[in-house]
Amino acid sequence: MNITTLVFILLSVMAVGSAAMMIASKSPVHSVLWLIVVFFAISGHYILLNAQFLAIVNIIVYAGAIMVLFLFVVMLMNLNAETEPIKNYRLQLIGIISGGTLLLIILSAIMKIDVEQLVEMKTGNEGLIKSLGLNLFKNYVLPFEISSVLFLSAMIGAVVIGKKDEAVENKK
Amino acid sequence: MDIKAYIVLSLTLFTIGIIGVLVRRNAIVIFMCVELMLNAVNLLLVAFSKMHAISNTAKLSPTFASDAQIFVFFIMVVAAAEVSVGLAIIVMMYRNVHTVDVNFLNRLKN
Repeated sequence: MNITTLVFILLSVMAVGSAAMMIASKSPVHSVLWLIVVFFAISGHYILLNAQFLAIVNIIVYAGAIMVLFLFVVMLMNLNAETEPIKNYRLQLIGIISGGTLLLIILSAIMKIDVEQLVEMKTGNEGLIKSLGLNLFKNYVLPFEISSVLFLSAMIGAVVIGKKDEAVENKK
Repeated sequence: MDIKAYIVLSLTLFTIGIIGVLVRRNAIVIFMCVELMLNAVNLLLVAFSKMHAISNTAKLSPTFASDAQIFVFFIMVVAAAEVSVGLAIIVMMYRNVHTVDVNFLNRLKN
């Protein structure tokens, strides 16, 4: 077993274990922190695949910005106590069984494929900033510019939705 | 590394996300499970991109492998916009109903 396989297994165990802890932990703050661990493990996978730009963007955007936003909202609502009383064990069991069934079905379908298709690890320049930037600004300029409009509309939408509704306040 | 290892890993992460959406009732945790599913798909896209980088299809187009990573980049862009709007909706619901339990949020009116 070489070092690449070892790192792959380590990162996979870290990602899957943290994801399981995320849905198992009762406090939403702990869930957010476990999800950050999952994102770091996935960034490690990106580095292993030599997708360096995506690894950095994953850490900055997901672990840095999005999860801090989640943490802010959780703390704003004061949800740190066990606010989720477990009542319906039967529904939980049904959810786990149906999810596991999906996993087993797709897994059995994949295991029937006997084509050996290898993945390039640690080498290759597809994921470097130079080739990605050239491709992005040559072939994908229009979607890139449209995404700025998407961000603008998301920003305006978040402000409009989050604003206090004064008509409702006056009626009360 | 075989591509099957990455498929199994992404599938496991995706299934954990689905189980989280089905089992948990806190709206914020459900939203986080959706983020986890998006990340599982991103990981699989990057793995497929690196698979095509050493296969014969890479000769068809010089930007074949980096196209997939640009798709991942756009998925992250859309996810960031989605999170901001979704969290605003959750904050608004909490302000009106004073709970984020989805069992109490099953009516659109009142």
